[in-house]
Amino acid sequence: MDGQMKRGLLDVCVLAAIKNEDSYGYRIIKDMKPYLELSESTLYTILKRLELAGMLTVRSAEHGGRLRKYYRITPAGLARIAEFQEDWKEIVSIYRFVTREEQDE
Amino acid sequence: MNKQEFLKRLGAALSGLPRADAEERLAFYEEMIDDRMEEGLSEEAAVAEIGPVETVAAQIVEETPLPKIVRERMKPRRRLRAWEIVLLVLGSPIWLTLGIAAAAVLLAVYVVLWALVLALWAVDVALLIAAFGYLTMGISFFREGNWNGGLQLLACCLVAGGLFLLLLPACVAATKGTAKLLKKIVLGIKSLFLRKESNV
Repeated sequence: MDGQMKRGLLDVCVLAAIKNEDSYGYRIIKDMKPYLELSESTLYTILKRLELAGMLTVRSAEHGGRLRKYYRITPAGLARIAEFQEDWKEIVSIYRFVTREEQDE
Repeated sequence: MNKQEFLKRLGAALSGLPRADAEERLAFYEEMIDDRMEEGLSEEAAVAEIGPVETVAAQIVEETPLPKIVRERMKPRRRLRAWEIVLLVLGSPIWLTLGIAAAAVLLAVYVVLWALVLALWAVDVALLIAAFGYLTMGISFFREGNWNGGLQLLACCLVAGGLFLLLLPACVAATKGTAKLLKKIVLGIKSLFLRKESNV
């Protein structure tokens, strides 16, 4: 898969991981594990990029005597997920067209 | 390796980065290790899951833009004394020029490499256009009944088309190779700055 496309997909995956409730780094990695492997460094870069783009906010909260960073999705982040779903419909229909002869056989 | 040692080594490897950036990275990895230990992993196992320090550090350096590293390297560690400021100002015709020259050389290397790639592509596209030109001319010769000339032009078309096809993989390889080479050059410059840093 080309790099640009993969980066875009990973962004949406991380947004989806914090869509329903605030989450933290290790939990995001764990939640995504059944679907795709994500390294710490990659996650850091994605979180930073999404924060700069205003798609999530970060807060530090006390947890078990130490600080932990929690990530919360913003309306812009939710809009990005919705946009992805729209894009995906288009991609699926293109895929159907590309493979239509194989399906007919 | 325990957590403290991992963080110490990573901190040393990131010493060329702006302080705030490095600290944020370290806090992130510390949280990752702590969360794994909370899940019941031993300290050693939690650190091992993060991966080797060198790999982590290399990825971070690759992601950090070159100007950021250079800027951090140039920043004085303490307040400058009056005479140092005077020297800096007086010396500016020298160090400023050297800096601009270095940046210009880098830019020139960049432009020259891509110009070469562009030239290669231009030749290839020209061959393709020539092949089409020969073909259309050859066809019109055939229409006029000039079979001899038509055949010659057709031969030229095949030669140009063949050369186009031969050159095409070379063009693609040159483009990819140049992109890779430039990435390596930038990485090399980054490590140059970082190595100097750790020697100080």
